[in-house]
Amino acid sequence: MTAVRRLGAALAPPAVAVLIALAITALLLTVLGVDALTALRALVDFGGSAQGQANQLRTLLTGAVPLFLAGVAVSVAFRMNLFNIGVEGQYRVAAVCAAYVGGELALPMPLHVLVIVLVAMLAGAAYAAVPAVLKVTRGVNEVITTIMLNSIAVGLAAYLVAGPFRDSTAGEGGNPTTRPLGESARLPGFQDSFLLLGLQPPTRPVTGFIVVAVVVGVVVALLVSRTRFGFELRASGANPTAAVASGIPAKAMVLRAMLLSGALAGLVGLPELLSEDYSYGTSFTSGLGFTGIAVALLGRNSVPGIAVAALLFSFLDRAGPSLETQGIPPSVSTIIQGTVVLTVVVVNEVAARLLARREDRRVRGRTEPAAVPAAAAQQGEGRA
Amino acid sequence: MRRTLPGAALTLAALLVASGCAEDAPPQAGGSTSTEGGGSTCGNEVTIDEVTSVGLAFDSGGRGDLSFNDATVAGLEQAQEEIGFEATELSPNADGSNRGDLLRQLADAGNNPIIGNGFQFSEDMDTVAAEYPDTQFIRIDGGPSDCANVAVLTFAEPQGSFLVGAAAALTSETGVVGYVGANTSELIEGFRAGYTQGAQAVNPDIEVLTATLEPGPEDGYNDPAAARVAAEAQIEQGADVLYHASGSSGVGVFEAAAAADVWGIGVDQDQYNTIGDPALAEHILTSMLKNLDAAVYESLTTIVEEGSVDSQNLTLAEDGVGYSTTGGFIDDLVPQLEEYKQQIVDGEIEVSATPAS
Repeated sequence: MTAVRRLGAALAPPAVAVLIALAITALLLTVLGVDALTALRALVDFGGSAQGQANQLRTLLTGAVPLFLAGVAVSVAFRMNLFNIGVEGQYRVAAVCAAYVGGELALPMPLHVLVIVLVAMLAGAAYAAVPAVLKVTRGVNEVITTIMLNSIAVGLAAYLVAGPFRDSTAGEGGNPTTRPLGESARLPGFQDSFLLLGLQPPTRPVTGFIVVAVVVGVVVALLVSRTRFGFELRASGANPTAAVASGIPAKAMVLRAMLLSGALAGLVGLPELLSEDYSYGTSFTSGLGFTGIAVALLGRNSVPGIAVAALLFSFLDRAGPSLETQGIPPSVSTIIQGTVVLTVVVVNEVAARLLARREDRRVRGRTEPAAVPAAAAQQGEGRA
Repeated sequence: MRRTLPGAALTLAALLVASGCAEDAPPQAGGSTSTEGGGSTCGNEVTIDEVTSVGLAFDSGGRGDLSFNDATVAGLEQAQEEIGFEATELSPNADGSNRGDLLRQLADAGNNPIIGNGFQFSEDMDTVAAEYPDTQFIRIDGGPSDCANVAVLTFAEPQGSFLVGAAAALTSETGVVGYVGANTSELIEGFRAGYTQGAQAVNPDIEVLTATLEPGPEDGYNDPAAARVAAEAQIEQGADVLYHASGSSGVGVFEAAAAADVWGIGVDQDQYNTIGDPALAEHILTSMLKNLDAAVYESLTTIVEEGSVDSQNLTLAEDGVGYSTTGGFIDDLVPQLEEYKQQIVDGEIEVSATPAS
């Protein structure tokens, strides 16, 4: 009973928030003169042909993986009230480093992928170490440093890919990229598995990194909820003073949380690297780190919540072209994403207050019973 | 505590290996990797009997950028009027990560041919072309493709930029001209290279100030504010004619030019006509025309007439690029510019596509 209620309490606010956001968007669309019902239908339209539906499902799943990883990376730092706005820069630097190392190396299959993953995590952590060290030693606010390091990361990645990391085997001309990964580093994906679900296989496989994302999600969830590190992380976030008083080293925790967040951020670019582009070049996706912040907010920093939020964001992203074919601006999906995040923040606050009030009433109710029966007994006696 | 973090990392690593191995078992489905690396060809030679629906995937910025995308739309609509097909237009999302998915969605909906506007479609289009071997794809800009069903339309932008560079140098009174580029991609650097060579052909001592909105080879097409700041800085340093190769960011260059009463030079389309603001148009000296509309129109009519279309590089000789005279600001320079044009067409002047510095 209590488990059900707890689950309800956890799920109800985001669900309500999504509904409110949809209502606000519908209102906005109506004001703009767009038929809200058509827009809603386009949102859930996966296309006419079986092939189209399978492809859109693939887009939904493949798009959710990096958003989920980015959300988890942000949430780890959020847990102790560290705002790692720098996931964006960390994953870019990590991706360009991993692409370079992966492209230059030749190793057997699982090892090659593993090395790339480790390089990405190390590079992400190293780039996150800069704001962490600045905060610990000089007290510099990590919000400012991570934002600024994002801009530096864009330039750094551009320099690396045009200079030292450039594919030396490619001829003159052409836009700079790293050397493409060998076959042994190309992660297989899920394509024929769609047949098991009674669906047509998509024309391109769903990234195999989805397995890694699930494993990362489980490990991070356990790490945060079941280990001493996780306890110290949450304690430092909930009440820093109390945490320090009970012997948790504050500075070391900042370092650890930022490094872990950066290492996870390093994974964000890998689905694209290992199963889409196979190199870091002009078309490498940017902005995932920023979206990750919204995803972490929407998922309320819990791993299952982030998974749902990532799927929702990816679902809305995927709907852009469907909206456009209906003559509705594709930016409607971005508007929905924005309003969802805003309403979640507001609804969370309202829900927290409601819960606090109910808890208050419950606690008061528990202290009163002693007095109430006595009073009732007295009344009964008086009447008799 | 000391044991937990490395312990977790080790577990993660072990699981990664395990998942990597587990995935070895179901081998990759056929055709999905043959596109990259080893394979030198993909797709089939496509013959289209009847053009009924055409798909167009935009470059970032989408419809209404008053430049690159709108030029393609103009060509598409002209062909549509004549041939009478259905057209579906899709725009990439903000981070441009869904270009491949746009092409797939257009192919799934039965569009044939499908146009990808911009060199950023290069890899995605080759990948998708392998997945849909019987659909004709047309890409504007970028390197050649290995796929039989991908036709690439390229333009000699450096040649066109040479002519407007010459016009800039002939117009400049200060001996300083400016250039604002979106990024440092091979394509955009070609504009700068041609412009600089054209300006120096007129006046070897001319100073060409250069600003780039994005340090890397991508983006920068949608940031008028940054373009304006860059242009103002160049005007401050004496530049009195400014060329831009930055898509819809260019509006910022024209705003700066109009505010300082100097000249701007448009790109891709005749921006005197498309800018939509008379106050800015009065400061657009000329535009480097990239006749995308004609190229798109012609490739579509070629498909209707011949059933297929091939890659083409459109130069000054084919009027694939050129300059505009709308507004009448460079009417007295036309003879000189035509002379340069003839020299380029005849091969007496070779315009390099890579900047000297």
